Amino acid sequence: MIVGGPSKAGAVTERRPWTFYALAGIFCLYMAFLYGPMLVIYLLSFQGENGGVTFPMVGTSTVWFQDIVKPGQMANIPVSFSRSMGLASVVSIITVVFAVAAGLGFRRRFPGSGVVFYLAVASLVMPSLLVGFGIGLGFQFLGWETSMFTSALGAQLTWTLPFGLFAMFAVVNRFNRSWEEAATDLGASAFQRLRHVTLPILLPGIIGVAMGAFTLSYDEYARTTLTIGTKNTLPLEIYALISSATSPTLFAIGTLTTGGSFLAIGVTLVLVLRMQKRRTAASLKVG
Amino acid sequence: MGTTTASPIFAAERRMAWPRLRFPAWAVSWLQVGPMMLILSVLFALPTFLFLAVSFFDYDRTGIYPAFMLDNYKELLSTPSTWRVYVSSLKFAVIVWAITLGLGFNVAYFLVFHIRNSMLRTVLFLLCAIPFWTSGIIRAIAWVPFLGRNGAFNQILMALGVTQRPLEFLLFSDFAVIVTYVHLFTLLMIGPIANSLSKIDPALIEAARDAGASRWRTMTDVVIPLSKTGIALGSLLVFTQVMGDYFVVKTMSGGQSASIVSMLSTEIQAMQYPPASANAMVLVIFVAIMVALMMRVVDVRKELVK
Repeated sequence: MIVGGPSKAGAVTERRPWTFYALAGIFCLYMAFLYGPMLVIYLLSFQGENGGVTFPMVGTSTVWFQDIVKPGQMANIPVSFSRSMGLASVVSIITVVFAVAAGLGFRRRFPGSGVVFYLAVASLVMPSLLVGFGIGLGFQFLGWETSMFTSALGAQLTWTLPFGLFAMFAVVNRFNRSWEEAATDLGASAFQRLRHVTLPILLPGIIGVAMGAFTLSYDEYARTTLTIGTKNTLPLEIYALISSATSPTLFAIGTLTTGGSFLAIGVTLVLVLRMQKRRTAASLKVG
Repeated sequence: MGTTTASPIFAAERRMAWPRLRFPAWAVSWLQVGPMMLILSVLFALPTFLFLAVSFFDYDRTGIYPAFMLDNYKELLSTPSTWRVYVSSLKFAVIVWAITLGLGFNVAYFLVFHIRNSMLRTVLFLLCAIPFWTSGIIRAIAWVPFLGRNGAFNQILMALGVTQRPLEFLLFSDFAVIVTYVHLFTLLMIGPIANSLSKIDPALIEAARDAGASRWRTMTDVVIPLSKTGIALGSLLVFTQVMGDYFVVKTMSGGQSASIVSMLSTEIQAMQYPPASANAMVLVIFVAIMVALMMRVVDVRKELVK
């Protein structure tokens, strides 16, 4: 989550209070806590061929990574991975479009806004498995087959849409409406104002919503398990693997996911930075 | 809104712009909110009413039958194990809430108020968020080799001479469950709280200090009241995640405890939909009461929607 804090340019020369060091200590401990077990699984994913899921390491190898793509016990991992990516992309697109629209709609009071707000809160706090259970029951009564792009997509949207709406509240709260007023005064139509003023200014926040929705969907288990039908997504496949057999392959998957995340974040960061730079350059030219 | 002096930038595009439709403001809002409202009504509200109805149904080994009876609820509430699972889930929820709140608030405060370089702040926030991109299931079982008898933690403790023998209580215990929850959910606290904190004008804190308030007074009388929306939202998320947990208790307690949802999923797998529905309704009502209590303390809506 990228949060822009208040700027404290005047305070730079001030000496750090003792609370700074105390909190820095807490932060470092939290980092150790967060990454400690992760480092262990990164290490164990290179476990030797005869090693198991715990220490000690018996040599090193990359067999567990090869296992992921080799046909055999893990054969479903690449397939379910691509399913998860597909579903997460669709969820993310739908969430961005509807949550951004709803976030903009909430900027003015309208009759019934309370109902929509509390429906979103209820949907957000609903225990996940129950959503899937309810939708599964509904499909059964109607005699429909559950599948990825019907019931599972729907079940995930009940979680990503409220999340997106709440994230949009934070984004929209920082938005200065005088930009829009200025556009209108210059003769922009509602569509032009949205296209050339509102959306570009909100874009970093919108990217955040998209990434958040993608992550929530990609990692979703409890809502999906009863609504997916016969074809598993990656988290379901991983869960099935834990209950059947444990091998360092699971850790190899974790290492790969983290590597992928770092890559995705790096690319996004570069894009956002470039966007900011271009914007600063543009505003300098205008100013 | 004067449109007479159209600027050349917009006017050039105006010819191809869409025809102008005029709606009242409330109708525009409804058009914008409508799609989300529709999806949530059909896919969340409707299924909830569905299992509310099914919870009163009759069932046997071959099917379920429409009826109106309270037997499912009576049976559920008169089983001691139901109460035991609720008490243990509530215990986990309260402990995890307290730890994630303390930890999340301090981390968020550090990042927002003490890190002065905004680039560094973004990088540190990303560091907090990156493990979130790894599957929650894998992050949960990552604790197994860490906490196990021959695990990394015991090795470190023994190397440091803190203990002679490996500690046994670390894994497959309530301790392991709490550690895993805190690991998984602290970010849900950090995000909303950091968002609230970053909206506080630093001048207010300076004013409090100039007026002679101690650090502690500034904290309790200025910072915490101004960040209560974030605290409430984070608490809501953490609390409901723990209450709705499916696999952490199952995998990390070593079969010693069950969660409400894993109890429920056993019934679903046995196709006992009416008792599962009754169980689901009780959980929904319980969570709804807790959330309503939290929303009473902090009016989240007033703070968020302005």
